[in-house]
Order: sequence, then structure tokens, then C-alpha cells
Amino acid sequence: MNEPRPPAVALEGVGKRFGSGATAVDALTEIDLSVAAGEFVSLIGPSGCGKSTLLRIIANLIDPSEGSVLVNGKPARQARLDQDYGIAFQQAGLLEWRTVQANVELPLALHGMRREERRSQAAELLELVGLGDFGSHRPSQLSGGMQQRVAIARALARRPALLLMDEPFGALDEMTRERMQSELIRICAETRAAVVFVTHSIPEAVFLSQRAVVMSPRPGRITEIIDVPPGTRDEDFREADAFYATITEVREALRARTREGSP
Amino acid sequence: MLLLALLLLAAAWELYKLAAPDDGVRIGDALILPRSDDASMPHLSRIFEVFGEQEVAGVAGGGTVLSSVVDAVWYSLRLAVAGFAAGVAVGFVLALAMQRVRVVERALLPWVVLSQTVPLIALAPLVYGWSGNLSLFGLDWQPWMSVSVIAAYLAFFPVAIGVLRGFSSPTPVQTELLAACAASWWQTLLRLRLPASVAYTIPALKLAAAAAIVGAIVAEISIGLNGGIGRLIISYAQQATGDPARIYAPIIGAAAMGVVAVGLVGLLGVALRRYQPEETA
Repeated sequence: MNEPRPPAVALEGVGKRFGSGATAVDALTEIDLSVAAGEFVSLIGPSGCGKSTLLRIIANLIDPSEGSVLVNGKPARQARLDQDYGIAFQQAGLLEWRTVQANVELPLALHGMRREERRSQAAELLELVGLGDFGSHRPSQLSGGMQQRVAIARALARRPALLLMDEPFGALDEMTRERMQSELIRICAETRAAVVFVTHSIPEAVFLSQRAVVMSPRPGRITEIIDVPPGTRDEDFREADAFYATITEVREALRARTREGSP
Repeated sequence: MLLLALLLLAAAWELYKLAAPDDGVRIGDALILPRSDDASMPHLSRIFEVFGEQEVAGVAGGGTVLSSVVDAVWYSLRLAVAGFAAGVAVGFVLALAMQRVRVVERALLPWVVLSQTVPLIALAPLVYGWSGNLSLFGLDWQPWMSVSVIAAYLAFFPVAIGVLRGFSSPTPVQTELLAACAASWWQTLLRLRLPASVAYTIPALKLAAAAAIVGAIVAEISIGLNGGIGRLIISYAQQATGDPARIYAPIIGAAAMGVVAVGLVGLLGVALRRYQPEETA
């Protein structure tokens, strides 16, 4: 029997204040959220609601002003040092002077993995994201969608239990975007990683996640957590009534908050 | 391209000599266009003839002007290279320190900029004064070291500024990514900042190479060090009344020296071209 896995993310009373004194801005207040192992959760909300900040706090790229952050049952800093998560941003952020393969190998090289092992693992990951033939290409030779796949492969390099994604498909066109969403569902099923996915697209949040966390700005906080009905995430799901019903539910949650929030 | 530019320059020289009046063009007493007689603007053929002449007129076996110029260039080039190397090292260390600690950048950068406003001529005698008074690791300070120090003084500046810019050039996404991979400062430097800085470092090194040469020549002149191209420029200028074409020989030598130095850095750029996506040169 597997021993029960700790939650991928556990946030308690997390807050973040930028600046100090009279000009201080509360970016986040009283965030409580738990993401189970293997669960897909998206953070959705208008700009300025702190969803990217929250993701960076989970990643330990910035420190919270208050509250506790556990990743895989460890303090966030320890989780970062242990490489318990992989991360992908809106920009692929590939290193131009490295080949596609070498970009995927980077996190492995930083952890001192041996070259042959690194090679075979990176080749496997490129296969997983459908870029098996592009290992020796330069990033500049790839389209935006392909670069983003490389970034995802790189995020998965250490086989993390948690994947953090900050609008990774935000810069892609609609068709590429939908294809990448389906790919991501498949990849997550194969790697069994939990995902925290930041987006401002309602259909994207609903299609991908098991739970959509609705956030609102000034101060950034969680206003509602909406369960998405289960179902196989295929092209049929995009046409299903349950899909549309949930989209409406999320939209209303967002709208209610905006109305209430505006003076 | 360089060849074409040289040809154009040569053509302009000869054309001016052909078209302009020998006494130049004057409005009242003011000379508007320079004289173009043989004493002021010798023919190019005459300038190149000089290279074949005897160093000391009429004395055979004393070596030609060409050999003097080549010897002097070689001498000065070595001093400039020593200065360049020292300047690049200092510039790199400064850039590294400024990148590593923000406070250092704020404290140091104004001084780095200020250092370049001190005239070289004022500095040279000061540094020259070290010889005879200073000894490093049991090695007495030599006058040539003063020349190299001044060359280094000019060379470190573009390196410090250029490399610092290069170190700061990675995008926030790239630095956050390395932080997320738990990369140490040293790993971030080797894997990200150093490769990303190449596109800024190569042009900075070209500037530094040219600056080191100018520094070395000016320092030779103001210190009065014999053997280099700086000294040769002065001594041929003193002979200019007898042979006006002679003064151009060491100038051409100095220019050739600069071209070679910048060209060598260019070769380094070619070797590192995969790190500089935008550079086409």
C-alpha cells in the first residue's frame, strides 16, 4: 500500500504586503488553500488580484508577509531547494545559446546529474511533449507553442510532484492553446503531478481543473472555490452542458465580486 | 569593408591635393581649408616610399624606417596588451562585485565614471613617479609598467560598464527560473549571466583594446619612454622640416596596431558567436 501523500500545497492565513507605512499595498490577505496530491487547481481572477504573487509565494520566489506555506508537507524554501516543484511562465524563458535538449537538461545539470542520464531523461521528456525530433534545434527556430512545450518539458525535468504554471498559454493563439490544454491534461495523467495553474481565461480554468479558485483584487483574496464536475477532458467535454454550466458559474462568481469590489 | 574605407580615404586625400590650391583657402587671415603643398600633404606614394628609406639619412646599414616602425609597434603593442589584460581583469572583477552586491554598485559606479574624467596627461607623471619608489614582490617598478598601468586605466572602464550590463541582461523569467531550480549564485553566474553577457562583453572588449592602445601611446609620450611608437611619433615630427612625409609613417603604424588589436577581439567574438544572437558583424 502507498502511504498517503501529503497535500501538494497547504496555505494557511497567507498574506503579502508590498511596501510599508501609508503607501503599503495589500496584495494578498487571508489565503487558505489546500491542493491535494495529483489535483489540478486553477487560480482565476482579474489582473491585480494577486494570483501570480500567490504562485510565486508557493514557489518561494517571494516570501509571504504572514501565514504558513507548505509544499509536499515541507516549508516552501525547503521544497524549492529539494526541487519538489517545476515551474513554467507565460514567456518560455529559454536560453537562446542552448539547444532545446540542453534547455530541458538545465535543471538536471544544476542538480549535478550525470551527462548520459541527463541526456536520456531529456530525450524522454521531449518525446512526452511531442518534440522528440527537435532536441538539437535552437529555441529561436521553434514557434511560440513549441517553445512553451520545451518550457513545460523543462518544468517536468525533475519529475516534480507539483507543477506551477503562470499563464503558460497566455501568449498563444486560440487553436494552439486548446491543443496545448489537451496535451497538458495527458501529461498530467502520465506524471500524476499536482498542478497550480494561473490563468485569466474562464474556459481554460474550467477545462483543465478539478477546482477553480476565484480571486478578487484590492486586497487580493479568495472569494469562491468552484468544483468542476468530473468527466473525461476531451473535445466532447468542450461542448458538454456541464462545461458551459460551470463556465457560467465561474463568470458569475467573478462578476459578483467585481461589482461588490467597485466603489 | 575596411579596405574600401581605406581606398576612399586615399582617394579623398589625393583628390583634395589635386583640387585645392597649394596655399589652402583663406578668408582674410583665417585659414579655411588646409594647405595642400608637398610639405603639408605629401603624395601617398611619397608617404609609402619613406618606409623603405634609411632610418638615419645617408647612413647605410642602420635599418629602414619600416623596421623602426615595426619594432616600435611591437614594443608598444606588448605594453598595450599587458595593460589591456590588467584592465579587463579589473573591469570584470568590478562588474562582478557590482552585480553581486547592489550597494557596491551604488557606491562604486560614480567613482568608475569619475575615474575617466581625470585627464591622462595629469595622471602619467604621477604613475611614472612610482618607478624607483615602488617594488612589488621583490620586483622593482619599471617605467614600462607605468605605461601599461595607464593603458589599463583606460581599458577597464568599458569592460566594467559593458560586463555589468551584460550580467544584468537576463530577463526576470530567466532569473526566476534559475532561482526556482535552486541554483546558487555561482551556478546562475556560470549558466546564465556569463553566457548572456557575451553580446555586451565583445563590443566592450573592442573599445577596451582601442583604449589600451591610445593609452599606451599617450603614456609613452608623456612619460618619455623610449622604444615605442609614441616616442617615434615625437622624434619623426621633429624631423618633419627635412622630410615632411616621415611623420605619417608612425601614425600609420599606430593605426595598423589598433586595427590588429580590435581584429583579434573580433576573432574572439566569432569564436563565441553562438552566445550573441543579434550580432551580425
